[in-house]
Amino acid sequence: MKILVTVKRVPDPESSIKVNPEGTGIVESGLKWVVNPFDEIAIEEALRIKEAQGDVEVVVVSVGVSESQEQLRTGLAMGADRAILVKADRPDTAAVAKILVKLVEKEQPTLVILGKQAIDDDSNEVGQMLAHLLGWPQATFISKLTFAGDKASVECIREVDGGMETIAFALPAIITADLRLNEPRYASLPGIMKARKKPMEEIDAASLGVDLTPRVRIKKMAPPPARTAGRKVESVDELINALQTEAKVM
Amino acid sequence: MPKNSLIDFDSTKPNSPFYNESHRQWRDSLRRWLAKEIAPYVEEWEEAEEFPLSLYKKASEFGLSRLNYPEQYGGLDSGFDRFHAIVTAEETSQIGAGGIFASLLVHGIGLPPIIALGTQEMKERIAPAVLTGDKRICLGITEPDAGSDVANIKTRAERDGDDFIVRGSKMFITGGMRADYMTTAVRTGGPGMSGISLLLIELDRPGVARTKLKKQGWWASDTAAVYLDEVRVPVSNLIGPENQGFLGIVLNFNGERLAMAASAVGYARTCLVEAARYAQERQTFGKRLADHQVIRHKIAEMQRQVNATQAYLEICAWRVQEGESPIADLALLKVQATLTMEFCAREAMQVFGGAGYLRGNKVERIYREVRVNAIGGGSEEIMRDLAARQMGL
Repeated sequence: MKILVTVKRVPDPESSIKVNPEGTGIVESGLKWVVNPFDEIAIEEALRIKEAQGDVEVVVVSVGVSESQEQLRTGLAMGADRAILVKADRPDTAAVAKILVKLVEKEQPTLVILGKQAIDDDSNEVGQMLAHLLGWPQATFISKLTFAGDKASVECIREVDGGMETIAFALPAIITADLRLNEPRYASLPGIMKARKKPMEEIDAASLGVDLTPRVRIKKMAPPPARTAGRKVESVDELINALQTEAKVM
Repeated sequence: MPKNSLIDFDSTKPNSPFYNESHRQWRDSLRRWLAKEIAPYVEEWEEAEEFPLSLYKKASEFGLSRLNYPEQYGGLDSGFDRFHAIVTAEETSQIGAGGIFASLLVHGIGLPPIIALGTQEMKERIAPAVLTGDKRICLGITEPDAGSDVANIKTRAERDGDDFIVRGSKMFITGGMRADYMTTAVRTGGPGMSGISLLLIELDRPGVARTKLKKQGWWASDTAAVYLDEVRVPVSNLIGPENQGFLGIVLNFNGERLAMAASAVGYARTCLVEAARYAQERQTFGKRLADHQVIRHKIAEMQRQVNATQAYLEICAWRVQEGESPIADLALLKVQATLTMEFCAREAMQVFGGAGYLRGNKVERIYREVRVNAIGGGSEEIMRDLAARQMGL
C-alpha cells in the first residue's frame, strides 16, 4: 500500500506574526517555519499504519517554495520513506488540489492523508477539493481511523458539531486529520540522519499542465484591533447591563 | 520610548559554520520534547528533590540518553558529532535546572569506561539495560579525602579467592542514591596511580550503604555518599586490566569538559536572555529597566562574554572532532565557560533585583548552580594548573 501525506510549510505558531506595512501579507523575514501541526498528525497516522501493516510506503508531498524541503525533511526524519516537492509560488487552494490530483494519478496511492487545515490561512479546503476532483470518498476532521480486515475499506470517526460521526467507505480515499487523531512523535537524531539520505524529488508545478491561475485574491491584510483596557463597573446591575447592551453576550 | 523586541536564545546566538540541517532539526526536536516532558515539572521536581524514575525510560525512548553509544548495545551513534552534543547541552541548559540532567544523563560518565574497557559479558549485561532506562549507573571516583588527586584514593579492594573485598567510601556521587551500578575507582595495588583499578559494583550487594546529600543547587539530582563496608565483588567485575584504572578514568575527561563547558555557556546565555526580557518588561523611575544605561550595559557585557566563550567552545569542539586532544585548551575552556556563567548569573540576578531572589525562576536556580559547574568535573584551580603543566611551564 502507498500513502500520500501532505506537508505545508507554515510560520511557527509561537512566533509573533506581523502584517507588512503595505497590508499585502505578513513579514516573513526572521520568521521560524515549521510543519503545519495538523500535517504532523497526518504523517504520524501514516507511520502508524505502516508500523501496523508492514508493507506500506509513506510519501510526503509539499507544494510551495524551495525551502519547503526543510519541512519535508522533518517528515522523512519522523519516518516517511520519500518526499516530493512541487515548486509553486503561492498557489491557492484550488491550484494545490489540482497539483495533488496529478500526483495521485502518478503515484496511485491507496490513501491520501492531509491535515484538516493549515494554521497559516486556515482555509480548510484542499482535502475536500481533492476528493471532489478525484471522485473519491472522503472523511474530514477524523479522530480515529480503523482498517477493515481485508484492508480494502476503512472506518473513520469524525468530529462534527453535534458529536461523533462514524462512517465507513472503500479505498482509495481522502482523509483529513483532526487534533485528537494521535500525538505525533518527535524526530529522533538517527531519524534525522537517515532522512538526509532518503530520496526527494523536485517537480516544477508548471510542468504538470495544471491551470495555476489564482481563483482567490488577497485584497488586504490587517492585524486585529489592539486590545483596549477594561473598565470597572460600580454594581452587578451595571455589569449585566453592559454585557447585554454593549458586549451583547447576554 | 524604545519598543520591546524579542530577544531569545536563538537571536543572541551568532551564526556559525559548524552546524548543518541535522543539527537544526535535532535542536528543534529536542526543544519540543523538553518543553513537553520536562519544562512543566521543573519547579515540582526541584522542590521534591527528585524526578520520577519513569523519566529515564522516556529519555531513552526519545533517544536523548542513547546518543553517542554503540548501536549494538541499543545506543544511537551513527552520524553523531560534537556539535549535536553542543546542541544537546544548549537545549537542556535552557530549562535552567541542571540537576535533572546531571542525574538523568549520569551514565555519560559511568558507562563509557565499561564500553571502552569492560569484558564482552559485562558490556552485554550492563549497557543495554542502562540505555533502555531500566537500570542506572553512576561513577564513583571522589572520596572524602581524594578528588582530582585520584592517585590518593583510599578505598581498597583486597583479593579473596575469586572475589575482591571492598572497603572505603565515595563522596559527592551524582545519581548515587538511585543507581544500580557504580563504576568505582579502588586501590588494588600499592600507592599512587599505578595501584588503582576500576571495578563495577552492583549497589544491591551486602555492605553498600548510601546517604543522600543536601546541596546548594541541583536539587532534583540525587547526590550520595556511598559507603562500602566489606562488599564482596567478583574479580570478573574488573573494568580493564588490574592496576590500570587510570586509563578508564582519563577516558572521560575530554568529553566531560567539553560538555560541561557547552552547558555553562548555555546557562550563561539563558541568564542573558532572561535578563534582557525582564529588563524590557520592568518599569522603574518611569522607564523600562532596559532604558537605564547601567542595565543596558550589563546586558551588552553579558552578550560579549557569552559569544566570545561560544566561539572558543566551537573551535575546541571542532579540534576534538578533527581528532586532536587539546587538553590545555579544553581545561581553559571549562574555566572560561564557568567564569562566564558566574558573571552572567550574577548580573542577571542584579537585573532581576528582588524578583530574582525569590525561588521558582531560572536565574535564581542557575545562580545556585554556578559552583557545581565551576568545581565539579575539575575545579577552575585544577584546570588552570593542568593547563600550565600542559603548556610546559
